[in-house]
Amino acid sequence: MAYQMNFAPVMALAPQLAEGALNTLILSGQAIVAGLAIGVVGAVGRTEGPRWLGRAVGVYVELFRNTPLLVQLFLIFFGLPYIGVRLSANAAAIIAIALNLGAYSTEILRAGLQAIPRTQIEAGLALGMSRLQVVRYVVIVPALRIIYPALTGQLTLTLLGSSIASAISATELTAAGARIESTTFRSLETFLCIAVIYIAMTFTFRFIYWLIGLWLFRRKAPPKPSLIADVTEVSRAGA
Amino acid sequence: MSALHINEIKKYFGSLLVLDGVSLDIAQSEVVAVIGRSGSGKSTMLRCINGLEKIQSGSIEVAGHRIGPQGGDLRSLRKEVGMVFQSYNLFPHLTVLENVTLAPKVVKGVDREEAEEIAHEVLRRVGLAEKSGAYADELSGGQQQRVAIARSLAMQPKVMLFDEVTSALDPELTGEVLKTMEELADAGMTMVLVTHEMGFARQVADRTVFMHKGKIWEQGASEDVFANPQTPELRNFIAPNLK
Ligand SMILES: Nc1ncnc2c1ncn2[C@@H]1O[C@H](COP(=O)(O)OP(=O)(O)OP(=O)(O)O)[C@@H](O)[C@H]1O
Ligand SMILES: [Mg+2]
Repeated sequence: MAYQMNFAPVMALAPQLAEGALNTLILSGQAIVAGLAIGVVGAVGRTEGPRWLGRAVGVYVELFRNTPLLVQLFLIFFGLPYIGVRLSANAAAIIAIALNLGAYSTEILRAGLQAIPRTQIEAGLALGMSRLQVVRYVVIVPALRIIYPALTGQLTLTLLGSSIASAISATELTAAGARIESTTFRSLETFLCIAVIYIAMTFTFRFIYWLIGLWLFRRKAPPKPSLIADVTEVSRAGA
Repeated sequence: MSALHINEIKKYFGSLLVLDGVSLDIAQSEVVAVIGRSGSGKSTMLRCINGLEKIQSGSIEVAGHRIGPQGGDLRSLRKEVGMVFQSYNLFPHLTVLENVTLAPKVVKGVDREEAEEIAHEVLRRVGLAEKSGAYADELSGGQQQRVAIARSLAMQPKVMLFDEVTSALDPELTGEVLKTMEELADAGMTMVLVTHEMGFARQVADRTVFMHKGKIWEQGASEDVFANPQTPELRNFIAPNLK
């Protein structure tokens, strides 16, 4: 006999799902902001900084890209108390995920920085800018443009990867699912709901990245002939 | 007093000696053309003048700023020395106006309004006032190069360096860029220009310098250099160009 789906017991616990989803958003939102900050500092440090800094960043990147996120999470959550740092499960998860994303985004951003031709950098230097000013005003936006799909893809992985925080019983969506499943015994229904919520969240995030991209790279779509005419008309009128 | 003073500079790439004791004094408002075969060190000399390449001995002085083998205050020097490249190197994500205002704003701390005033003024000088809202890829090569000149001018440099700025252009577009440079020269800008345009060098440059094997092989008033080359190397170099 075919399995009869029954979502009612799961739906009865909808508030728990909502709370889990909200926690996932908060947790991965914080990890993304921190991870990107690490990535920017890491990439600029590795390309522009002194040799020792480049080496240190290199070691960090290799460590975090060659171990599973779950192991990193366990090491931070169970390891840090040994050196006197006691963290909540959620704080440990944010730190582990941010460090993991930091390592990947360092490499992605570095690839972008290195894809910018030397001549662009020299043009900036020749105008009297410092190296950091060149990075900030000349290099960053075109570099981001090149690696934007890779970077936003990584951010989506980060959002989904936050589910492993359930392993240390942080209070995010997958953990909420596990709890609901253990009280309703409706495994399939529970995790179908969870999957749909993840899809809704990733699509929302990707929409936001798309909007940010529109703003960051505004007016840089290859111009259509008619557009060029418009632009010159407008600036002529203004001149 | 000289605007640019180059004293016995030597430049190596690895073990390759590319500049072999080059000295050059350029007076205020003087226009100096640099000619020579490919690989003779012309670009390298320009790049050393604004510190894009490090020198191994000698020194360079512009407007009281001095750089030597130990470096020096590169940023102060670069504020006084504009450089225009063969490949224009406009910033593709910025409009023409933003390209021109960027350095005055971030390097000199000029406020936006004043920077835009300067920008409109220099864009008018290069004949592109109406293009301020355009992006580089919406301009022809000649227009891009004139914007690059304007961008450099906006920093109000004391000396301007031009490295084969018309070499990447279609022949019918070189004229507009050369005209812009000639106007600059007429306005009293001190200029060093590496060029393959012998006619332009002869006509516009006060002095022409012939580089060969990393040395200044021969130099003099442009008219004399072209009409009366002293060394066989220079004679060989300009002979085909005169036909
Ligand atoms: N970054 C570099 N590393 C190693 N060698 C270099 C470098 N740049 C230039 N050289 C070498 O230095 C020599 C002089 O080069 P330079 O570019 O100054 O010549 P040039 O006179 O400008 O020639 P061209 O007319 O082709 O532009 C050449 O032998 C070149 O191969
Ligand atoms: Mg050259």
